[in-house]
Amino acid sequence: MKKLVDLRNITKSFGSQIVLDDLNLYIRENEFLTLLGPSGCGKTTTLRILGGFETPDTGSVIFDGSDITKLPPNKRQLNTVFQKYALFTHMTIAENIAFGLKIKHKPASYVKDKIKYALKLVNLDGFENRMPDSLSGGQQQRIAIARAIVNEPKLLLLDEPLGALDLKLRQDMQYELIRLKNELGITFIYVTHDQEEALTMSDTIVVMNQGYIQQIGTPESIYNEPENAFVADFIGDSNIIASTMIEDRLVQILGARFACVDEGFGRNKPVDVVIRPEDVELTLPEQGTIRGEVTHLIFKGVHYEMEVLANGFEWLVHSTKMFPVGTQVGIQVDPFNIQIMNKPESEDEEAVGVNE
Amino acid sequence: MIKSSVRKLYIALIFIFLYAPIVTLMVLSFNASRSRAKWGGFTLKWYRELFQNEVILAALSNTLLIALLSSLIATLIGTIACISMQAMKRRTRAVMMGVTNIPMLNAEIVTGISLMLLFITLGMKFGFLTILLAHITFNIPYVILSVMPRFKQLNPSTYEAALDLGASPLRAFFMVVFPDILPGVVSGFLMAFTMSLDDFIITHFTKGPGIDTLSTKIYSEVKKGIKPEMYALSAIIFTAVLVLLFLVNYIPKENKEKKEK
Amino acid sequence: MNRKALSAPYLFWITAFIVIPLGMVLYYGLTDKTGAFTLENIIAIATAEHSKALWIAIKFSLESTVICLLLAYPLAMILAGMQISQHSFIVFIFILPMWMNFLLRTLAWQTLLEKSGVINNILGFLHLPALNIINTPAAIILGMVYNFLPFMVLPIYNSLTKIDPNVINAARDLGANSVQTFARITLPLSLPGVISGITMVFVPALTTFVISTLLGGSKILLIGNVIEQEFTQAGNWHLGSGLSIVLMLFILINMILTAIFDKDGEGNAL
Repeated sequence: MKKLVDLRNITKSFGSQIVLDDLNLYIRENEFLTLLGPSGCGKTTTLRILGGFETPDTGSVIFDGSDITKLPPNKRQLNTVFQKYALFTHMTIAENIAFGLKIKHKPASYVKDKIKYALKLVNLDGFENRMPDSLSGGQQQRIAIARAIVNEPKLLLLDEPLGALDLKLRQDMQYELIRLKNELGITFIYVTHDQEEALTMSDTIVVMNQGYIQQIGTPESIYNEPENAFVADFIGDSNIIASTMIEDRLVQILGARFACVDEGFGRNKPVDVVIRPEDVELTLPEQGTIRGEVTHLIFKGVHYEMEVLANGFEWLVHSTKMFPVGTQVGIQVDPFNIQIMNKPESEDEEAVGVNE
Repeated sequence: MIKSSVRKLYIALIFIFLYAPIVTLMVLSFNASRSRAKWGGFTLKWYRELFQNEVILAALSNTLLIALLSSLIATLIGTIACISMQAMKRRTRAVMMGVTNIPMLNAEIVTGISLMLLFITLGMKFGFLTILLAHITFNIPYVILSVMPRFKQLNPSTYEAALDLGASPLRAFFMVVFPDILPGVVSGFLMAFTMSLDDFIITHFTKGPGIDTLSTKIYSEVKKGIKPEMYALSAIIFTAVLVLLFLVNYIPKENKEKKEK
Repeated sequence: MNRKALSAPYLFWITAFIVIPLGMVLYYGLTDKTGAFTLENIIAIATAEHSKALWIAIKFSLESTVICLLLAYPLAMILAGMQISQHSFIVFIFILPMWMNFLLRTLAWQTLLEKSGVINNILGFLHLPALNIINTPAAIILGMVYNFLPFMVLPIYNSLTKIDPNVINAARDLGANSVQTFARITLPLSLPGVISGITMVFVPALTTFVISTLLGGSKILLIGNVIEQEFTQAGNWHLGSGLSIVLMLFILINMILTAIFDKDGEGNAL
């Protein structure tokens, strides 16, 4: 697929604080790409550079084949759905949606049709003459989306659009957004700090931290094969354990040897190991690779969450089987579920530490 | 807990205290006797004579013209200042706001004499222009004080949303930002207008011999005795403002309700 | 749109009409007629005549500030408790009198206070002793309280309405009675408003020359009257500026105290 957006060597700092450091990223046409990371990681700045609200210190933004780095926002063929909606509170819903079209001097009948179409698309038919204040948060969010998409942008930027909604509504809107994207066939760039949102909706996830891209990949690859401790820790719960790679396909974790599937790390090399809590299997003590004792137990609905103290490490375990506190258990891990990561080497990488 | 009747009585007493002089002046404007102290029967004479008294009418027109011009110019400068301060660094803005507040916090007499010394040094002729400049100066803080909070409440994204939808910066400002700050601009203007109208001290130091506003005219009459036409005039002004403010406060609301239905 | 360029007109204005004029007051106050540096105009405050005028002004303005505070605080509490939907209505009622000329309003008190004036008629009717305060310090203080009371009420009212009712409820919930709630919660939270009100009453009261002229029968000279006369009658701008500098020192002290207590500028009145 064709590249729609290409960010080349983007650097941006505010005062002495470097927000983006030599960022390179391209977005393909018709992709749902999510920039994911904790606050201050540079994701919103990246989006604002795309929208034209910030100019990068160095580097260039290529959009649909032309350089738009210096182009003001009102001249760009893309639209933004803002955090907290940014509806014009003194205008009706219809006036809000018509705003961009009227600026472009579209004929009245066209504008009217577009408003109707957009409201239908976001399931808010008949809301034309309401004022934004009279709408619920979820409805305002839909209007903000309608206002952006009537302009038929090639690219829609969404800045944590669901952040202000409650959980149930947020989940509904996630499906809604996927549906919208499929119906409209335009490219979405979505910014969020919510990993679940990112995993649910995206074709591609870009995990960012402290101005650097940590990993780019599909939701599955980001979740199953995190490339470093930051990504592993940020995406879902995980057990990250400093270990030693004995040789190919064999790793020593907390003094015990586990079979794994990774190769090419060298011999006796210090590494980080990621094991998802649902991948830790609890067995009878004598059947486990290592032994431990259950120290905490919480019922979470779909599973039990337990903590198991084994060889000096608190293992986080998700299991549908319940082991009461105090039970002696064994721990086993399927070789495919052990993810080996290189220890950070440079200082820059060190900076992207686990404790965000 | 204090009983509600005691509270009502207390409020009533304070309001009598605040409005007693105003009622007194209104009564005096219908007093046939020239003396303030005696009631000489009801008359409308002073209202008739008011409109033939050219000195008072001239003072009135000066007062209104200066109030209108100074508050308009102050509103313009103040609003632009607020816009420009949004783009400033925190510290620069704090310094600007500090200087802005000086005329409000400082004694009026000091502001008056400082401007007087400036105009003398510049060799300006004391008159309409010097009063106008002085009034603009002390009006600006009131405008900024009432416009600035509007900018703080403003959702910065709405301006960006307008740009994003294709509006030029100027157009985005007038279509999206301005309607939001407008209430602040209007109340700043009204505040400035009121302050200018009611000012005596600063006008006293910046006026020339040939020109008077209502305040300076009244001050010059204190020793000889205030002309009852003045009472008539201030009663008219007060009533007019009361009616106007009543209309402004109640009419737009009805319109709004209709629009929402 | 280059927003920074927009600041030019305002920068020019505050420099030309605020900063430079204040500089001129300093210049005149610190020089004599030949333009040579001197502290004489400042030291002149120590003369019997001037120090008396300053002392009276401080005394009167402190008294009227205290009276304003005592009158305004209960009033602001009652108003804040009335749950009036229109916050602007309260402001409106206190601003409204300003549309009647300030000099006339103050003069009207003469009519009200005169020996055979309205107030004494009412007092006589109630068989109470007559009030003879016209042309006395009491009349000046009354004039100050009358003119500046709104500037005390509005900031206190503002700061009281900003208090989250749940904070008060929480205090009651934790066992505080109404007096304790007031002393420990309401009063400290409304302090910025009180401080701001004190400044807004104290400074104009300290520096007025009009109220003393109108209600004091020209017998009582405040520091404001002395400065005014130096400028408009005696024509000694140097002395007038010197005394103004002394006056500004008091205002400055007041402002510093305000800044210490009201860091966020929350108490701003209008």
